Amino acid sequence: MKKITFVAKVAGVVAITGALLPGAFAQKSAAVQSIEEYRAMLADGNPSELFEAKGEDLWKQKRGPKQATLQQCDLGQGPGVVKGVFVTLPRYFADTNKVQDLESRLLTCMETLQGLNAAEIAKTPFGKGEKANMTALATWIAAESRDMKFALPQSHEQEKVAYEVGKRLFFQRGGPHDFSCASCHGGDNWRIRLQDLPNLTKNPGDGIGFAAWPAYRVSNGQMWSMQHRLNDCYRQQRFPEPGYASDVTIALATYLGVNSNGSKSVAPAIKR
Amino acid sequence: MADPMRIRAQVKGDVATVRVLMSHEMESGQRKDSAGNLVPAMHITEVSASLNGAVILTADWGSAVSKNPFLQFMVKGAKAGDKIAVTWKDTKGDTRTDEATAS
Repeated sequence: MKKITFVAKVAGVVAITGALLPGAFAQKSAAVQSIEEYRAMLADGNPSELFEAKGEDLWKQKRGPKQATLQQCDLGQGPGVVKGVFVTLPRYFADTNKVQDLESRLLTCMETLQGLNAAEIAKTPFGKGEKANMTALATWIAAESRDMKFALPQSHEQEKVAYEVGKRLFFQRGGPHDFSCASCHGGDNWRIRLQDLPNLTKNPGDGIGFAAWPAYRVSNGQMWSMQHRLNDCYRQQRFPEPGYASDVTIALATYLGVNSNGSKSVAPAIKR
Repeated sequence: MADPMRIRAQVKGDVATVRVLMSHEMESGQRKDSAGNLVPAMHITEVSASLNGAVILTADWGSAVSKNPFLQFMVKGAKAGDKIAVTWKDTKGDTRTDEATAS
């Protein structure tokens, strides 16, 4: 028995009309099925692998003024431990006394171990120069936690604060359209055109939302890290551009990540 | 030297399914940059694959093939341990060859 639901968004912001089918027991429409087949076909030969290989090389390469590798970088489970760390970030780090996500932590390591200039790298546009290297590193490190379940810690006081700040940021409306993250990701079974919008106020399930980035975007042939994706969310909301690996992005990632705890990471994934 | 290709060859019975992921910009020559200038073409023109040294596939590619191309083909008569090599050549004259072992 097919169940048809019409969903209308807040008037004046975005209008979505169309047939949506709840996942559990209803039959899928032909459109939804063919989109899923298309996505399954895309998954074979995911160009993320090219970036994984590059990231692995960069981790082991002697670089920067100090001519050192990143193999002593502590991503939360001891120097050099890469397997399983991706699904525990963002988390608190004692040496910097703050909550850091993967890319923020990579900046710390690139500066302290290799002598590279973190501020300069942060300002470099996505996809260029050292920023492209960061994306490759993030892709490889994410791949080393493929299919593992998210387990972000919430034991340290600052981790709890980051979650709460992230939650406030998620619901904060602003910009010329008065959008917040919740405008698109605040409810169940929402969709914009043909793109399903996961509800990020709770666990959206394996491989969805926070669990699907870094990912390769087929439509523009680009590899996007989580920082890039958050940056683009803000761009879509017509907000000012957030700083790369800034406190805002880390707090937001903490909120999204902790909500995803228990679900499987499919990163690095492939997207339309 | 260009980034390495990822080649996987899986044997099932008498047939090997080979999957190749090539790292290449594949600039069509029809795009314009932000200043309005045409970005010159830079894409793969020839692809060839060989099984233990014998050429089994050749392809002529044009500007329609997209970035980071994925090529999949099946070859009969392959067994585990066979060497599959793939070579590409582009408009600039650059070339790249990578090899994998069928399993």
